[in-house]
Amino acid sequence: MAVPMTPLLKDELDIVIPTIRNLEFLEMWRPYLQPYHLIIVQDGDPTRSIKIPEGFDYELYNRNDINRILGPKASCISFKDSACRCFGYMVSKKKYIFTIDDDCFVAKDPSGKEINALEQHIKNILSPSTPFFFNTLYDPFRDGADFVRGYPFSLRPGVPTAVSHGLWLNIPDYDAPTQLVKPLERNTRYVDAVLTIPKGTLFPMCGMNLTFNRELIGPAMYFGLMGDGQPIGRYDDMWAGWCVKVICDHLGLGVKTGLPYIWHSKASNPFVNLKKEYKGIFWQEDIIPFFQAATLSNEATTVQQCYIELSKQVKEKLGKIDPYFDTLSDAMVTWIEAWDELNPPKKAELPNGAAK
Amino acid sequence: MSHPIIKDDEVDIVVAAIQPDLTSFMEEWRPIFCRFHLIIVKDPDLQKELIIPEGFNMDLYTKSDMDRVSTSILFTGYSCRYFGYLVSKKKYIVAVDDDCIPAKDGKGFLFDVVAQHISNLRLPATPFFFNTLYDPFQKGADFVRGYPFSLRNGVKCAISCGLWLNLADYDAPTQALKPGERNARYVDAVLTVPLKAMMPLSGINVAFNREVIGPALFPGLHLAGEGKQRWETVEDIWCGMCAKLVCDHLGLGVKSGVPYVWRNDRGDAIETLKKEWLGMKLMEEVVPFFQSVRLPRTAVVAEDCVLEIAAMVKEKLGPVDPLFGQAADAMVEWVRLWKAVESASPTPGA
Repeated sequence: MAVPMTPLLKDELDIVIPTIRNLEFLEMWRPYLQPYHLIIVQDGDPTRSIKIPEGFDYELYNRNDINRILGPKASCISFKDSACRCFGYMVSKKKYIFTIDDDCFVAKDPSGKEINALEQHIKNILSPSTPFFFNTLYDPFRDGADFVRGYPFSLRPGVPTAVSHGLWLNIPDYDAPTQLVKPLERNTRYVDAVLTIPKGTLFPMCGMNLTFNRELIGPAMYFGLMGDGQPIGRYDDMWAGWCVKVICDHLGLGVKTGLPYIWHSKASNPFVNLKKEYKGIFWQEDIIPFFQAATLSNEATTVQQCYIELSKQVKEKLGKIDPYFDTLSDAMVTWIEAWDELNPPKKAELPNGAAK
Repeated sequence: MSHPIIKDDEVDIVVAAIQPDLTSFMEEWRPIFCRFHLIIVKDPDLQKELIIPEGFNMDLYTKSDMDRVSTSILFTGYSCRYFGYLVSKKKYIVAVDDDCIPAKDGKGFLFDVVAQHISNLRLPATPFFFNTLYDPFQKGADFVRGYPFSLRNGVKCAISCGLWLNLADYDAPTQALKPGERNARYVDAVLTVPLKAMMPLSGINVAFNREVIGPALFPGLHLAGEGKQRWETVEDIWCGMCAKLVCDHLGLGVKSGVPYVWRNDRGDAIETLKKEWLGMKLMEEVVPFFQSVRLPRTAVVAEDCVLEIAAMVKEKLGPVDPLFGQAADAMVEWVRLWKAVESASPTPGA
């Protein structure tokens, strides 16, 4: 049987890239990413000009643009942190988002062939997920795989995939303490699998190489308050991932992890990271049980409704750990308000994320 | 952090002989199995004499041994290996079907299935939070950013489920629809199956800590007209789902992934389709049941958990199909047998 071509989705997908440096890395991605529209979110000093390689179609937003577009609501977008990328999710008008860091290069598979990461993400996101029962041969919708004996037939159609979480060769995404203990460790293991993270299981979502269906889960992809003036950093994608997973589990949507790999080229400074993560390391001991126990009401049928409910629970249960969570809870609400303002529902459209 | 070393004499290799001539099977496995004690259990339905090559440290069990121990438990077909689990005096068991041979890497070297299973059982499992780099205790891997520190010690791994190259463990309809499909993808990972996630635990290539989970791996669900092909059985799937419940309740881990075995082509999926695939129908009934099972705090060992599950199966699934009622009875009898065998000759070095 001929393998069907993976659709490009070039008019349905935006690529969101946060940057303070430059975008030279796009040169090596050109064969794979040039057909797509880019949304560049420039962090840091807005007077600095970012050079983008020729031939890419893009829109660029710096802090001044964010302030202008959101007005007072701009307070929910982090400053001097790559968490600002979620502004790009908000202004996009497309169905899918692929976000990638500017130190992520094209990786090679074990045969030496370059990996078209976006193509794999698209395959992941266009095929169903299977969160209700674990398939020991991983993603049954991949070529050459299937459901194993004992997998209930009623669960084989799967559910829509909201998130495709890719991985990284070379510099692994370790926290600061682990980086300090193992500064030379590199991820050299190519694991040829994609799998659905089971319902009820949380995971650490990394924003370096990530694709999601904006229509299904976009409003939950808020990357929190990090960076300038904030007590923590490097928890933006983590926070988004925990909120996203709770909401996906509630709405019957799937989250996949595994392929594709990118080549993570730059090791960040572990001492700088430790300063950023320090409070997060303690706080996550309370945050994780919070998310593990979080339940959403039957009335929460859209992503926005789920997110607002979650924000109230954050205030109520995490507010006592630190006033930061009070502020974060308010920012979560502001984010939803801003999202709805920039993305008014079309007249005949069903609320997004509604699934039953 | 050091994890306990597992010695060769703590391991039994259990093989169910469904076919009489084990010569090529044993010779293929000799480089890997020769260090260990083997328990070979002959399918009681098999009439012919077994042919087993020399030079192995082994014990053979046949119908007469099984009849002496129990006449109510069905040890026929693939279920005969449970007898091997029962009589083993070792702490760890590795079981491989007799149509499997060692898989080879790209350079022709054998993957050491036993060593990998032992490594999986030796290193902790991490069921409470998913690690995106898979088993963090493997060399070259670790916990990723965002993984809570309090969960990094992990828990004891009770079961290691391996996989299969060539003939994958598909059900008959799936294999019949794709008669030429063979599993050629070697996924270089082992991962912990998260808490509360249900999974199909294949008995083709499995290892476990007999001491903590032995009683939960039992011959329970026997299909009428069950044949000698894996497509025609769900006994391992059934006890596997129970065993996962028990592990979740007792705070033990279940891993899935490497090692791979090479599973030889055997049988005809389309032929099997002609038989009623009752097993798959039954699986549909059990999912809501397993999702709802809650074990009491008082059940602190595997035996107690199995008895609790058996009672619930009898009550809730018994009315759905008499096979479930029989499975529940078999589970109770199995625990009784297990306790009897254990008290007669307790496992040394506990």
